[in-house]
Amino acid sequence: MSWRADIGLEVHVQLRTRSKMFCACPNAFGAEPNTQVCPVCLGYPGALPVINQEAIRLTVRTGLLIDAHINLRSKFDRKNYFYPDQAKNYQISQYDQPLCVGGHLDFSVNGESRRVGITRIHLEEDVAKNIHFDADSGVDFNRAGTPLMEIVTEPDLHAPEDTLAFLQALKQVLQYGGVSDCNLEQGNIRCDINCSVRRADAVNLGTKIEIKNMNTFRGVFRALQAEIPRQIRELERGRAIVQETRRWDDAAGRTESMRGKEDAHDYRYFPEPDLPPIVLSEETITAWRAELPDLPAARRARFVAAFSLPEYDAGVLVSDKEVADYFEETVAAGAPAKAASNWIMTELLARVSESGESIRDLKVAPAGLAALIQLVENRTINGPTAKEVLATMLVEGGDPGEIVSKRGLAQVSDAGALENFIEQVVASHAKSVADYRAGKQPAFEFLIGQVMRLSRGKANPQLVRELLKAKLG
Amino acid sequence: MSETERQSPFDVAYVARLARLKLGEDECARLQAQLEDILAYVETLNEVDVSGIEPMTQALETQNVMRADVSAPGLDHAAVMANAPERRLGLFIVPRIIE
Amino acid sequence: MSEPTTWTLAESARRVREGAISSLELTDAYLDRIDRLDRAIGAYLTVDADGARAQARAADERRSRGERAPLLGVPVGIKDVLNVSGWPCTCGSRILEGYRAPFDATAVERLRAAGAIPLGILNMDEFAMGSSTENSSRQLTRNPWDLERVPGGSSGGSAAAVAADLCPAALGTDTGGSIRQPAALCGCVGLKPTYGRVSRYGLVAYASSLDQIGPLTKDVRDAALLHDVISGRDPRDSTSLDLPPTSLASGLGRELTGMRLGLPAEYFIDGMDPEVETAVRAAVEQCKALGAEIVPISLPQTRYAIATYYIVATAEASANLARFDGVRYGRRVPGEDPIDMVERTRAAGFGPEVKRRIILGTYVLSSGYYDAYYLRALKVRRWIRAGFDEAFRSCDALLTPTSPSPAFRFGERTGDPLQMYLSDIFTVTVNLAGICGVSLPCGFTKAGLPIGLQVIGPALGEAAILRVAHAYEQSTEWHTRRPNLAVGEGAA
Ligand SMILES: [Mg+2]
Ligand SMILES: [Zn+2]
Repeated sequence: MSWRADIGLEVHVQLRTRSKMFCACPNAFGAEPNTQVCPVCLGYPGALPVINQEAIRLTVRTGLLIDAHINLRSKFDRKNYFYPDQAKNYQISQYDQPLCVGGHLDFSVNGESRRVGITRIHLEEDVAKNIHFDADSGVDFNRAGTPLMEIVTEPDLHAPEDTLAFLQALKQVLQYGGVSDCNLEQGNIRCDINCSVRRADAVNLGTKIEIKNMNTFRGVFRALQAEIPRQIRELERGRAIVQETRRWDDAAGRTESMRGKEDAHDYRYFPEPDLPPIVLSEETITAWRAELPDLPAARRARFVAAFSLPEYDAGVLVSDKEVADYFEETVAAGAPAKAASNWIMTELLARVSESGESIRDLKVAPAGLAALIQLVENRTINGPTAKEVLATMLVEGGDPGEIVSKRGLAQVSDAGALENFIEQVVASHAKSVADYRAGKQPAFEFLIGQVMRLSRGKANPQLVRELLKAKLG
Repeated sequence: MSETERQSPFDVAYVARLARLKLGEDECARLQAQLEDILAYVETLNEVDVSGIEPMTQALETQNVMRADVSAPGLDHAAVMANAPERRLGLFIVPRIIE
Repeated sequence: MSEPTTWTLAESARRVREGAISSLELTDAYLDRIDRLDRAIGAYLTVDADGARAQARAADERRSRGERAPLLGVPVGIKDVLNVSGWPCTCGSRILEGYRAPFDATAVERLRAAGAIPLGILNMDEFAMGSSTENSSRQLTRNPWDLERVPGGSSGGSAAAVAADLCPAALGTDTGGSIRQPAALCGCVGLKPTYGRVSRYGLVAYASSLDQIGPLTKDVRDAALLHDVISGRDPRDSTSLDLPPTSLASGLGRELTGMRLGLPAEYFIDGMDPEVETAVRAAVEQCKALGAEIVPISLPQTRYAIATYYIVATAEASANLARFDGVRYGRRVPGEDPIDMVERTRAAGFGPEVKRRIILGTYVLSSGYYDAYYLRALKVRRWIRAGFDEAFRSCDALLTPTSPSPAFRFGERTGDPLQMYLSDIFTVTVNLAGICGVSLPCGFTKAGLPIGLQVIGPALGEAAILRVAHAYEQSTEWHTRRPNLAVGEGAA
């Protein structure tokens, strides 16, 4: 018998804003506990929320990027439930009038093009962070009240591979939109999975299981790899799936039923009386639409057309927004496009994948790389020297021109100096000279190599070739 | 719980659990009776024909009151922790949370 | 010179400004009177004597440097529901024991900016839920006109303090009548401004869409003056209105020629105290004599107001009071796990009326009942608002009693919550509609209890209602009467 899984996601994305959703506390990761808090995000008696307009803009922008319908009238609601990580014991969220409804995201899995429907995108506030000790728990409210965008998909995904590819595509869009840093380590993207299984020929969806609080893409993939067969096994044994919430135990490699979820879903939503509704004009939306950045596919086409890059190069560069930005900045700083592409794809990306850092964390900025490429282009240094200089820059930073002059690495293109090297080589390698004159080409290459060696790699190889040829007649 | 009580749509124990109020038995019974009275009184609203009337969710109709995305320091950490019933390592301490 | 504690706010500010009295002398006069009399009244929960004296000295210094501010050096009492930096703020509840406010409510900040000195914290019904101040978990507050009777509520401490000359004026809050009703029962003036006039930032929320801060004062001019000081847009309260500053105190006159005043039939109901009805009808005649045209109108919505109010207010309250869980501040009762701890904390921290309203509010929002109760109430609320809109097309203001009865005895209504709720019948409509209303004395019962006249105005109609109230007040001597409090004599 054949089975089919239906998977939908609720993806929570932390927005890239300076301040929190409803107060001016910094929206920044990594501070000492409870040092980025105020009466509002601590739920102090008497404190009131005020909407961060940038969070509205970023959420609408996300909607525009996935072809959603933007609700011209939107409002906030209170979602009531008690939890120690929730300052007010209600979350300000959006219930029946979210900012965005509908839309879709296209992506590909193994070269096959796919589309996932988006149900809605709404804006809410994040909760605090709990830290567990042996005997008790501690709560840090620095994250409480930071803007959180929730993207809910249709159950259009059917396999762990689909789901992973969708999440990667979504991450790309969010990064392209400047909506979120999508830093997984900092919990910028977290999701809940809704997963059900049915017979391949069944019309209706099976009973839904919710897997909560996934914070890595790899975890989502593995959880589905475990959960789908579990549900199939249950069904094949003739047992019914009971709707429930489960959690993923990464160490054990399986999902398990979550405890302590009594009174589960009576959230008593009602309109937030402290916040007037958001009413967007068509003009605002048109203006925001005009500011949208290229999405990866469009940007790839532009790289091919504007910079005459090969399709392959363009594809590699745009797959990470930061890399694509880095490339464009390098070109803007004066580097020829193909050279910039070559350097980034070979040297820099190798370095990035080794260290796991972002290209922006490298000590070489686009301007530095452009300057280095310039030194090669104007023949101040040759290729091998350039790699040496780059290696130094990656470790110590610094200006390539200065490194070259400080270490005396500049290429020797002075004919007098080169002729001096050539004379020495010709004098000491009579056999090779004779072989060349007898028509053996490898001997010529050997002689060039000797000249380069004598110059400690700094000789301009093109000039050496010309001069040697002239010398040997 | 008796059969008649169960037929009442108002179950004070259930609602008290939603509201996180631990009620004693006496308290529960008293509230059940008082609230049934109040709810009966509130039924008078059914006399009003509300068809075609939009719910009034704001006292005065305003919109788009927002702030610029500018950050500013909040409360002093020591002042915040001074109000905490139990604190350690700069954290608010609670009984162990089972997640 | 008369006794300084009998002066109005305006008079006190003027005399300090003119140097007839120093701020320190004025402050000490109040501190001394509180010392002698408040044991009998129980208006104050805390008096910040040292803080007030320090600020009084600073105010005297500022004055000597030639500085001017509308209320420079004048003490003002603050209801226990407003955050005052460094002070406790308990909302009359045990659940906020130990909490110290780390910030000033905007209204308090504006009082300070005007030079006023927060003098102390005034008692109230727990979380502003009540009409007699009997729901305070802290202490009993007595009506200065009859110590065996309630001062009204929830701003009972504020009204009693003003009536007993324990402060020249006080801030209260009004969600369903909590400024106007105690003002009526204590014989002072209480103004509930239009929703959005005064920032709610720092006011501990009971029902967010109904709450409004306002003044309790000895006369109408003082109410106007204090309104001018505390009102205005505050970027920290998204519901505060962006309007130019008001100057209500300068627009008060002595006659009512050309004004049309509505008299809604539904505000004169069966079962109301006959002495109240007589006094209010006499006040209506007096307004007519001052030149107003009296227009009989009907507001059939009135009889649904209490039910609507108790759904809307309690629903909002159920969420607003969820934050009191013993995690971040206030009282905590230990428990085995977080849920147990929170349930025990709330069970021990909240009084019976608060629990009653939280349960009701939770219920009307719960799954399956939202449409039948909450949503329906919101629709009726709009209809109530529409009734007022209609009335204000033909009237500049409305005249009604503030409360169906004068001050009642302690314990008289505590056994029957529904009866207690019905005492707000003439005031809740104003909060539901988001409009403004003021209560002022319009007579006394034979037993010597004050009676309140309510003047209701449209949204942003404060100038109109204060004009009516002032003209009426100045044509009577009710506001000049004082309760007979034998100095040094304790009650009960
Ligand atoms: Mg959510
Ligand atoms: Zn904050």
